[in-house]
Amino acid sequence: MATKTVTCTVNGKERSYEIDVRSSLSDMLRGNAGLQSIKHGCDVGECGACTVLINGQPFNSCIYLAVWAQGKEILTLEGLSDPKGAISDIQQAFIDEGAVQCGFCTPGFIMSSIPIIESETPMDRSEIKRQISGNLCRCTGYEKIVDAIEKTQKKRIEERKQHTAN
Amino acid sequence: MYDFHDLYEPNSVQEALQYKKQYPQALFLAGGSDIFIKLREGKLSGCDLISIFALDELRGICMEDDGSILIRPLTSFTEVAMHPLIKKHIPVLGEAVEQIGGPQIRNIGTIGGNICNGVTSADSASTLKAYDAVLELTSLEGIRILPYAAFNISPGKVDLRPQELLTGIRIPKASWEHTYGHYIKYAMRKAMDIATLGCSVNVRLAQDKQHVDRLRIAFGVAAPIPVRAVSVESKASGMKVDEQLISFVSKNVLEDVMPRSSWRASKEFRLHLIQEMTRRALIAAIEKAGGKLNGN
Repeated sequence: MATKTVTCTVNGKERSYEIDVRSSLSDMLRGNAGLQSIKHGCDVGECGACTVLINGQPFNSCIYLAVWAQGKEILTLEGLSDPKGAISDIQQAFIDEGAVQCGFCTPGFIMSSIPIIESETPMDRSEIKRQISGNLCRCTGYEKIVDAIEKTQKKRIEERKQHTAN
Repeated sequence: MYDFHDLYEPNSVQEALQYKKQYPQALFLAGGSDIFIKLREGKLSGCDLISIFALDELRGICMEDDGSILIRPLTSFTEVAMHPLIKKHIPVLGEAVEQIGGPQIRNIGTIGGNICNGVTSADSASTLKAYDAVLELTSLEGIRILPYAAFNISPGKVDLRPQELLTGIRIPKASWEHTYGHYIKYAMRKAMDIATLGCSVNVRLAQDKQHVDRLRIAFGVAAPIPVRAVSVESKASGMKVDEQLISFVSKNVLEDVMPRSSWRASKEFRLHLIQEMTRRALIAAIEKAGGKLNGN
């Protein structure tokens, strides 16, 4: 089978992987990069458990050809921790709000929530729900997930305000 | 791992067409949100793919010298919805594609893929039909211009010749100017669902804002392919904007459709939806156009 070298930025570091051209991005990130936060859920782009950010936007890595990642910037849940390994505010908010039960969908939800909490325009609960509508959770009933995102969004807006004030 | 056989990665449209000539059995791969799913289901096992996804020349939206809005086929639904030209001149198209899937699907799904698939439920199809889009189909022999109205042949089958590639979707100026549209998607869920019925209506009012100058109505899932309600459109032309117009159009629109029963909905329910959605979308389009119903 044909193989190819794909060079891309993964969680801030430039990486090259030798892959089978038939690989999905989720295959490459789990198999070659060892990033196990990416879950193989439905594998057909319905559940969002494999969500990663590509150039800042959420994509289902299960229906994305690995060779397309050439030259792109990819962010996975592993890339959210600081260099010392401490988890980010959004991850902490998921814990604090009880937004995690079995945890399988959590990395995907957190990646889908990054554009929301980084957005300059605040989103209300219904818009937050629209933004996470490509992710499925069978445990929590979603409300606590929305709570966690809403809380972190407010915190980030406050932080940006203080930053500008200083 | 996807179960395809060979992958060709052209660096230009020209190269893509040469691959297609050399390997006629190979499929063009755009965003993959249909092809990868069919591969996972085993329906395309062993196929060969020509990936055009990296061809940025097929991406983007611009206005041409004559005022046509040109949408390149690889433009994602998110890009269509966010684009200033679409927001300004054809907002209804952005509103329609915003109802597809969820954010991840809208980031990968392309407007060209949506219409080349030829399914009746495609959310972009009815609005593009309702705006008389014109397609640019490119082969090594040259460019063929085809009205989108003539593109769908039967479910899943479109008038795309074996060595052709869709390279542009144009909305002529006369088609969008002074024109206001509204799209309604009826589905069981607000996201990640396929339309039970889609209805796109747009209207251009006469200068007095009290008469219809041009009305266009298109549906998804009201027939085996996306369709226009041509007979009621022409009858409505010149009519006064009032409640009578609304009931005339929503009643007579049934002459132009032939929905079927499927597991999503019965034929009878679809006929009901067609009338009700036409009524609501027409009222919304008239209001957007500055028309007033009953002097309100």
